[in-house]
Amino acid sequence: MNYKRITLLCGHYGSGKTNIAVNMALDLRKQYENVAVADLDIVNPYFRTKDSSREFDEAGIRLIVSEYANSNLDIPALPQEMYAIVDDRSLMSIVDVGGDDRGAYALGRLSPAIREENNYDMFLVVNRFRPLTPDAVSTVEVLREIETAASLKFSGIINNSNLGAETVPEDVLSSEQYVREITELTGLPLVLTTAEESVAAALYGKVSNLFPMHLQKRPV
Amino acid sequence: MADKVLMKGNEAIAEAAILAGCRHYFGYPITPQTEIAAYMAKRMPKIGGTFLQAESEIAAINMVYGVSSAGKRVMTSSSSPGISLKSEGISYLAGADLPALVVNCQRGGPGLGGIQPSQSDYFQATRGGGHGDYHMIVLAPASVQEMAQLTIRGFELADEYRMTSMILADGTIGQMMEPVSFDFEIKEAPEKPWATTGTGMKRKHNVVNSLYLSPEVLEIKNIERYEKYAKIAEKEALAEEYMLDDAEIVIAAFGIAARVAKNAVNAARAEGIKAGLIRPITLWPFPEKTFKKVIGTAKQIISVELSMGQMIEDVKLATECKVPVSLCYRVGGMIPSPEQVYAAIKEAAEKAGE
Repeated sequence: MNYKRITLLCGHYGSGKTNIAVNMALDLRKQYENVAVADLDIVNPYFRTKDSSREFDEAGIRLIVSEYANSNLDIPALPQEMYAIVDDRSLMSIVDVGGDDRGAYALGRLSPAIREENNYDMFLVVNRFRPLTPDAVSTVEVLREIETAASLKFSGIINNSNLGAETVPEDVLSSEQYVREITELTGLPLVLTTAEESVAAALYGKVSNLFPMHLQKRPV
Repeated sequence: MADKVLMKGNEAIAEAAILAGCRHYFGYPITPQTEIAAYMAKRMPKIGGTFLQAESEIAAINMVYGVSSAGKRVMTSSSSPGISLKSEGISYLAGADLPALVVNCQRGGPGLGGIQPSQSDYFQATRGGGHGDYHMIVLAPASVQEMAQLTIRGFELADEYRMTSMILADGTIGQMMEPVSFDFEIKEAPEKPWATTGTGMKRKHNVVNSLYLSPEVLEIKNIERYEKYAKIAEKEALAEEYMLDDAEIVIAAFGIAARVAKNAVNAARAEGIKAGLIRPITLWPFPEKTFKKVIGTAKQIISVELSMGQMIEDVKLATECKVPVSLCYRVGGMIPSPEQVYAAIKEAAEKAGE
């Protein structure tokens, strides 16, 4: 994948942004030295990029995260270090933005600088199996709300349609029509189809721009 | 919607409530249950329902009282500290014999405690929580699918018995994502001739109230309510039994603790230890009959809890203290590991073999 300097991952709550951010950062690190993951999630205090901090350490990836993340202090705080995303133009970054428009408001502070530099991608992560975005129309509604909150325009779609541990390759294939409708409604390209490694193994050759992912540990 | 959808436990509760015909939700945000309110805020306006973020938990539960008086299916949700605030209102609902659904997605306590999962509101839930002689029907889901299923069942039971049903979940089940099917058969809500919906000049006006100035009348009200509770205890107790028939070491666990314990039971069986599991699905009424079945066969019962030992008292009562009962626990937002439970089973098996 060809990365712009800043990759913003937005989407509906629970669409899979954090898992994609973790995997993308590891992929980006193979191409660049100076890589950071920025966790701007002010919505969800339970499941965050910081859960993967050891993996980032080992890979030499800088983690930009609120000092309150995973502290159980339930504060929607942003990391002061987040300005590095826009100030340090040698830094390649993946930004994990909180869910829905509520999460995307956090981008508002950075969006003028991001727009000015204009070396970014903002991807909408979609999962057709999430109950509030089951069709293209409702998904595009979320997309517009996020664009308004973030003051930035999307540049592509990431299809992360899955049913958690029960996902079978057919689930991913059956979501292609849904994604096609989103791309037609918005004119945005499908840039990646993501799937957990074992599911992805059965999708090679059937799905273009396949991105296999190693998932963070889940509870029993 | 697809056949199955991927949902957080909290979202499954909200969607199931809507499916059950609930069109009134009143709440106040608190981690780890805020997704219920967020989901309702998105969905209710689109289906002609009411979502209202009240000024406090106390306000929200009293709004529930109002809607329930008018005969409509209604709910509120919170997490442990918020449930303490609602407890006054829950007692009033009991005193007025009003049906309602209350969700407690528990977190560590006491006080503000923490935001991580816990089961330490077991006493509060099963003994009523507020003041006075009363019970709630308490349902304990162990999966996202059950969050949906028991929400619907909770509304049905609440209407049938004119009382509060509580979903006693925890932060883990509220937050975790699993596939859910909403292929449920939904029964119509029953007629509510007692509701204060206007007389239409055709009948005497109904009164919904929990104040009784005559002690004689109040005594009768309490006794009648306990006759109803006895019927519920006889009819509605529910538990899952797992590898119980020949089990010598029996785990008692509900909710997330039961999922962990099941892994440990499987590991013990693989080692030739005769372990089994009783998972209460209703915490009140407590599935006493299921526990009585193991009195002759079980050598040791281990109560696995995310508390300092609360359900263990009901286990001892149900088994009439005829089987030794020990506790395996973590608290403060921690969850016992399958290895910890397995070690407890192994220790109990070795002791039983001596």
